[in-house]
Amino acid sequence: MNYSWNWAVLFSEPYLQWLVWGTLMTIAISLVSWVVALAIGTVVGVLHSTENAWIRLLTRSYISLFRNIPLLLQMFLWFFVVPELLPDAAGTWLKRDLPYPAVATAIVALGLFTASRVAVQVSAGIAALPPGQRMAAIASGLSMVQAYRFVLIPQAFRVIVPPLTSEFLTIFKNSSIAMTIGVFELTARTQQIESYTYQGFEAFTAATVIYVTIALTVTMVMRHVERRGAIPGTL
Amino acid sequence: MKFGTLSAVAMMTASLFSTTFALAQSSDAVIDRIREKNAISIGYREASIPFSYIDKEGQPVGYSTDLCKEVAETVRTALDLPDLKIEWVPVNLQNRIPLVANGTVDISCESAVNTIGRQSQVDFSNPFFISHTRFLVKAGSGIAELADLDGKSIALPINSVPERLIKSLIEKGDLDVRIVPVKDNSEGFLALQTGRADAFSTDDILLFGLKNKAVDPASYEVVGKPLSYDSYGFLVQKNSTVFLTLVNATLARLSRNGELQTLYAQWFDPMGVPLSPDLATVFHVIAIPE
Repeated sequence: MNYSWNWAVLFSEPYLQWLVWGTLMTIAISLVSWVVALAIGTVVGVLHSTENAWIRLLTRSYISLFRNIPLLLQMFLWFFVVPELLPDAAGTWLKRDLPYPAVATAIVALGLFTASRVAVQVSAGIAALPPGQRMAAIASGLSMVQAYRFVLIPQAFRVIVPPLTSEFLTIFKNSSIAMTIGVFELTARTQQIESYTYQGFEAFTAATVIYVTIALTVTMVMRHVERRGAIPGTL
Repeated sequence: MKFGTLSAVAMMTASLFSTTFALAQSSDAVIDRIREKNAISIGYREASIPFSYIDKEGQPVGYSTDLCKEVAETVRTALDLPDLKIEWVPVNLQNRIPLVANGTVDISCESAVNTIGRQSQVDFSNPFFISHTRFLVKAGSGIAELADLDGKSIALPINSVPERLIKSLIEKGDLDVRIVPVKDNSEGFLALQTGRADAFSTDDILLFGLKNKAVDPASYEVVGKPLSYDSYGFLVQKNSTVFLTLVNATLARLSRNGELQTLYAQWFDPMGVPLSPDLATVFHVIAIPE
């Protein structure tokens, strides 16, 4: 192979700075999207576990819609199509006046997409609890809201920590799709370094190491959360 | 006696030099590979109109593609390989340089701008096209130059040569221009069409292509004086001078006998982009005599 390696590129300015900015952007959009996903996912997941058929129809529609459309397409739809469907003034505001339109759109798209997956896990976690838990909570005089708040949700979340960890890891990797609507996150910065220096292999190696580091850190944190949250005597 | 030894040494040295020269001139890594496989692998793009793209039958066609078929013809004759086959390899903006550098592709025939930075990884053939960075705007927008975009927004393809140029011009002119980074040309056009950006800037030939493909070509126009002179070359592996010479000889032959001009007209006249005086001069410059 006829490739001249130059690892020093990664440590020279401005490329080092680009990598740092890219990493920070990846972490920022992933964490904010994760908060959005957890909040919406929990609400939808809880509603999905109730017995009201109309509510379940709504939550099932949300989950099917957002879980089954590829994220790449969702990013594109939110960025290019949604502003055209809104009234003119709102569309123009989204396109012209919203600060950092690409970042905001990416967070909405990534958050809503991941929320649909979190919702399924939350409702599965609730369904996995013994039915006696719900009955006992109601029987002891708690309202339905209190039963969810104090009995069901706390236990369900403990059950679903492992699949949530996967989802949390995935959101960091999925954040690279934000590049397609112009967010300069880690992958975009990597390609930028490649296009300026033609040292693509070095840049992509650096990105790989950074993504793996983020993933391992998240795994360790979540393992800690799982251990700290475990109820003695249960799995 | 002394004279005899000296002359013997001189003769030996001379013969040594001539053999190494002969070897160095008849072959290089690319030529060896072509001989071994009895095939030349040519890189093409899926949608770099009209340079290299896929037609309705799924075949690579275009101006650059046609030129490289001629290169393959030259190689067939020069290496005396009558059954030389052409392997078509799809390439994109991200992988074309690595694929040429690692030898997967013998020659990438599309629309690569020759830059000093790129020359650290690959070599370029002589230029066969010159493009200029200009703007695509909505007709009647009143935008003619970069300065007119002060307080407005411009879409730029991420990680492209024009992106770098426009950003530096904005900085230099201390202009307040909002940048909308887009991932490819169709997204850039969409940004302009939907009003997210007031202009889209990239190589003018690509802008003409976008304008002509639009439902209403008359509502768009390509404006601005040329901001750059970007010459397009074919990519070949570094230090494969014998092969590169064959490539440049092909371009020279085509230019001398007028086929290059005919090919240009065939691909660019339908787009309304006649041969510019600049490019006509370039064609004369690359027409090196045999």
